Amino acid sequence: MSFLIQSGFLQSGPVQHALIVGGIAAVVAAVVGVPTLIRGQAFASDALAHVSTAGGALAPLIGVNALTGFVLMALAAGGMLEAVPVRDRAERDLLTGIVLGAGLGLAALFLSLGVTLPGASGATVGVLFGSVFLLGADDLVPALTAGGLALVLLMAFLRPILLAALDPDLARVSGVRLRLTGAVHLACLTLAVGLAAMTVGAILSTALIVTPAATAIALTARPGQSLLVAAGLGLAGTWGGLLIAYDSYVWTNGHAWPASFCIVTALCVLHFGLTGGLSLLRHLRGGKVRR
Amino acid sequence: MIAGIFTSSWIAGSIVAAMAGVVGFFVVLRGASFAAHALPLCAFPALAAAHLFGLDPLGTALAFALAGAATISAIGQGTRRDIASAIWLVLMLALGELFLSRMHSYARAVYGLLFGQLLGVTPADLHLIAGVGILAALLILLTFRPLLLSTLAPELAVAAGVPPRLVEFLFLALLALASSAALPAVGALLCFSLMVGPASAARHLFDRPTAALAASVALSLLTVWGALLLSSATGWPASLFVGAGGLALYLAPRARSFRSLVRA
Repeated sequence: MSFLIQSGFLQSGPVQHALIVGGIAAVVAAVVGVPTLIRGQAFASDALAHVSTAGGALAPLIGVNALTGFVLMALAAGGMLEAVPVRDRAERDLLTGIVLGAGLGLAALFLSLGVTLPGASGATVGVLFGSVFLLGADDLVPALTAGGLALVLLMAFLRPILLAALDPDLARVSGVRLRLTGAVHLACLTLAVGLAAMTVGAILSTALIVTPAATAIALTARPGQSLLVAAGLGLAGTWGGLLIAYDSYVWTNGHAWPASFCIVTALCVLHFGLTGGLSLLRHLRGGKVRR
Repeated sequence: MIAGIFTSSWIAGSIVAAMAGVVGFFVVLRGASFAAHALPLCAFPALAAAHLFGLDPLGTALAFALAGAATISAIGQGTRRDIASAIWLVLMLALGELFLSRMHSYARAVYGLLFGQLLGVTPADLHLIAGVGILAALLILLTFRPLLLSTLAPELAVAAGVPPRLVEFLFLALLALASSAALPAVGALLCFSLMVGPASAARHLFDRPTAALAASVALSLLTVWGALLLSSATGWPASLFVGAGGLALYLAPRARSFRSLVRA
């Protein structure tokens, strides 16, 4: 046990902050991830996450906190994706890619301007891959506010968001206002991107949104259940990853593995382990295919 | 000295742009944007590992790129492929991060591999780019007709005896090759922009595939040359101008249809 949980894990202040912010990020991102994946928007959520890099890099230049920067830039990119009309899926993917490229170009500029600021060494890596153990007590209030807001919005709009994702035509007939629902979904997605970027960095925040949701959708067919499963998996992967990152400091004699690497790997191991186990189980039962 | 650096950037940029123009043409027509975004990120951990363990960058990049192409083509089509590409992509990024975190001058290496340093292309980079460029050109010459046929008329291609899965794998391998060569110059994140922006404008301008392909290469070259000039004039990163050029090339031919849409 003392090998698995190195001493002082839960007593350490930075670890407590990381567990709180990471936990909020994991739950919000996983819950938003389920309808996002059902709508086939894995690429769009990845694009928002990557573009938010530019916001995180701009934040210290204009003196706002990183979370605000991440969320505002993701919101700008999401607004652009919604505003430009597209004909089909290939065209939408193309537009997503173009916005992604332009946003990353901006990120390159802001990051290169940022390294000239005094005391900015390591800022590049912090924005891109996160620095979750460097979060302070003053990061908790914005994270809790953003997380609470996203969860309240999601709970209030859960049925229309899921219905619009599963069957847009049925949703329209049953009186769901698709534009409003889409806007709320986008707002929740950008908040999730921002929180995930604080935890694992802007470039990896896709992992918190896509991976647990993908595992949950593969495991259960019911949307309601998959929300709970995704949240549980997200929490398990994030907290497990934080623990491994903390332990790795001792295991490797001070050359700790990056926390975001540990979190992403834990989430992917959960994904491949559970989905692989499930298909093995089905195979052993005689190759019955569900649905 | 300055002129020497600029020349190698110019040669490297032109090779990368020509490749991106050709490959991007197929990316746009096949609707493979997400794969084109995910595959370059396989080259990111490859070059990071090569730096860290002192491996041959060309060989490592090829191995990772082919592994990535095989994985994505094995996953199949549709929504599941989207999700699988996303998971593959974050896994590769995290792996690259782990390799780079073992090195000194961590931040500079991360920035260079992700966003590229067109103005700082070294002779070693130039060897990598030229080597992969020759391989990619050979592959394009060998597979051009079946690839074009299966892209424009998939059913006709099957009838003509072109195996669709093999062509799909060859296309992804080509994409992976082009991206690993583009990595030192425009970075893992932005070689995608260079592929898709010029090609999407070219498709809007010309109906004939060969004309569109030529226009795609020409616009891609112009983007890189413009980015080089603007970057050396302003001191801002070339990636900014590559990304902005991609956006401008995407929006420009569509400006008229937007205007009519607003009026309607």
